[in-house]
Amino acid sequence: MDYNKLERAARIRQRIGKFFTYLLLTFWAVVVLFPFYWMLLTSVKSYGAYNSESIPQFFTLSPTLQNYRDAFTSVPLLRYLGNTVIFALVTTGIMMIVITLSAFAFARLRFRGRNLLFTLFLSLMMIPNELVVITNFVTITNMDLRNTFTGLILPSVTSVFYIYLLKENFEQVPDELYRAAKVDGTSDLKYLCRVLLPICKPTLITIVILKIIECWNSYVWPRLITDDPNYYLVSNGIQEIRENGFGRENVPAMMAAVVVISVPLIVLFLIFRRKIMEGVSRGGTKG
Amino acid sequence: MKKKNLKAWLYLLPAILFLGAFLVYPLIDVFIYSFEEEYNFASQTYSGVGLYNYSYVLHDTYFLQAVKNTFILVIITVPISTGLALLISVGLSSIKPLRELYQTIYFLPYVTNTLAVGLVFMILFQKTEYTDGLVNLILHWFGVGPVDFIDGPYWAKMFVLCFYTVWVVLPFKILILTSALASVNQDYYKAARVDGTSKFRIFVRITLPMISPMIFYLVITGFIGAFKAYSDVVALFGTDLNTAGMNTIVGYVYDMLYGDSGGYPSYASAAAILLFAIVLTITCINLLVSRKKVHY
Repeated sequence: MDYNKLERAARIRQRIGKFFTYLLLTFWAVVVLFPFYWMLLTSVKSYGAYNSESIPQFFTLSPTLQNYRDAFTSVPLLRYLGNTVIFALVTTGIMMIVITLSAFAFARLRFRGRNLLFTLFLSLMMIPNELVVITNFVTITNMDLRNTFTGLILPSVTSVFYIYLLKENFEQVPDELYRAAKVDGTSDLKYLCRVLLPICKPTLITIVILKIIECWNSYVWPRLITDDPNYYLVSNGIQEIRENGFGRENVPAMMAAVVVISVPLIVLFLIFRRKIMEGVSRGGTKG
Repeated sequence: MKKKNLKAWLYLLPAILFLGAFLVYPLIDVFIYSFEEEYNFASQTYSGVGLYNYSYVLHDTYFLQAVKNTFILVIITVPISTGLALLISVGLSSIKPLRELYQTIYFLPYVTNTLAVGLVFMILFQKTEYTDGLVNLILHWFGVGPVDFIDGPYWAKMFVLCFYTVWVVLPFKILILTSALASVNQDYYKAARVDGTSKFRIFVRITLPMISPMIFYLVITGFIGAFKAYSDVVALFGTDLNTAGMNTIVGYVYDMLYGDSGGYPSYASAAAILLFAIVLTITCINLLVSRKKVHY
């Protein structure tokens, strides 16, 4: 009798606990999602309707796509997107080649000074970007590479962290495969491309996605190195739109541009959710 | 053997070249810049060597304002974001249904463009001639008068900045803490439950010590990240941060380098080195504290 009462009380307490847990989690989920909802909502409100709302409305009954048309026609949004895609793909492509070659050398090749060099590489990870950006800016300016893709891309095509990540992964592949390939007379490069890369594909994909996200969101370096809107990336583009595009008050068109810029990454994230979250927890730094 | 050596170096050559040109050389160069007085960008000449750049920066009111802003931002956001992340992660690991959904939602800010979403925050908080904005509408429900969060009083602006910073950094912290919580050995909990230990006591005596290395890791990276705050500030208040009174140390460095007030790489270098002296000191203090508090 008494026991039953105790059990019921415990169950009720547990339910209240669950209720508050879900309440907290849902509250934060709303805080996270609300800006996304608001930008979508505002982007389909018409210019006139938005500006006549002195009290913001939480939904609209007459959605319009006019703002998206404006976003693509009255500001060079398509160009910003194109620039960013080129920048992200080329940077990531070159970086993958550079880091694969060095990770392979560190993981498989025997040469004098290997450990010393690797330690040196690792110590480079501690150099903060803000310190080196000043000289890089001067270097690129003096090389007359401002407002070029070369200038944008060059400083970000190596990453010690990704070399480290890939080297660890390469080392997990059994040595026997390497020796077997050597016996067969396979060259190192062929072994790298035919054996190592396919085995390590999951890590390679993770690195590619993380790098693309990083490129898509990069702001500081592109801002320093480009002042010609023809070479703006999306971050700088959005800043430009905010300061000079559309006329100051056309918030709905601005939000349409924001949606267009945000959607590619969100889609990428939803497709590769597990890979991205795993990759970030192994080596993310933002925050 | 020699041929083998050569081949390895050939593989490493691209990485060494790029790292040398854009990481090692600049690191040395930035110290040189910081001591060269009256460096001229165009003619690449300077008039002397000394500590003048540092003294200029340290006496610049904009720099002092930037230091103040950065410290306030760090002191407010690091504890709040770490605590909130801990609370949410503990909540997440105590539920089963919908957990994946919540995790996915919480991670979204990580993959969005800081500048773009910052614009949305600005719209939400801004008070214009047409409308008081959404946040003011909500405040109005609670009987609080309209506040201009973007062009208004200092603490209102600081509030928005802190709120946005927490919003941006939370995904990473939640991710790290949920995986830390998942890796705690369940046997400890079972043993504690057999002993009839209360939930709160379990949390304080088992969970916290077990995940303390990860919390500590987040505090350190949080400090470092918050000290380098810049693009979220630009997203909210525009590029002219000195006029808005919301500049950060990193913002000061870039303003010195480039833009309307730019062209002074020496001042920028001195400010950047001062920033890293601060960050290094704080990190060392953190490490010393952790040696006493963290269980490894």
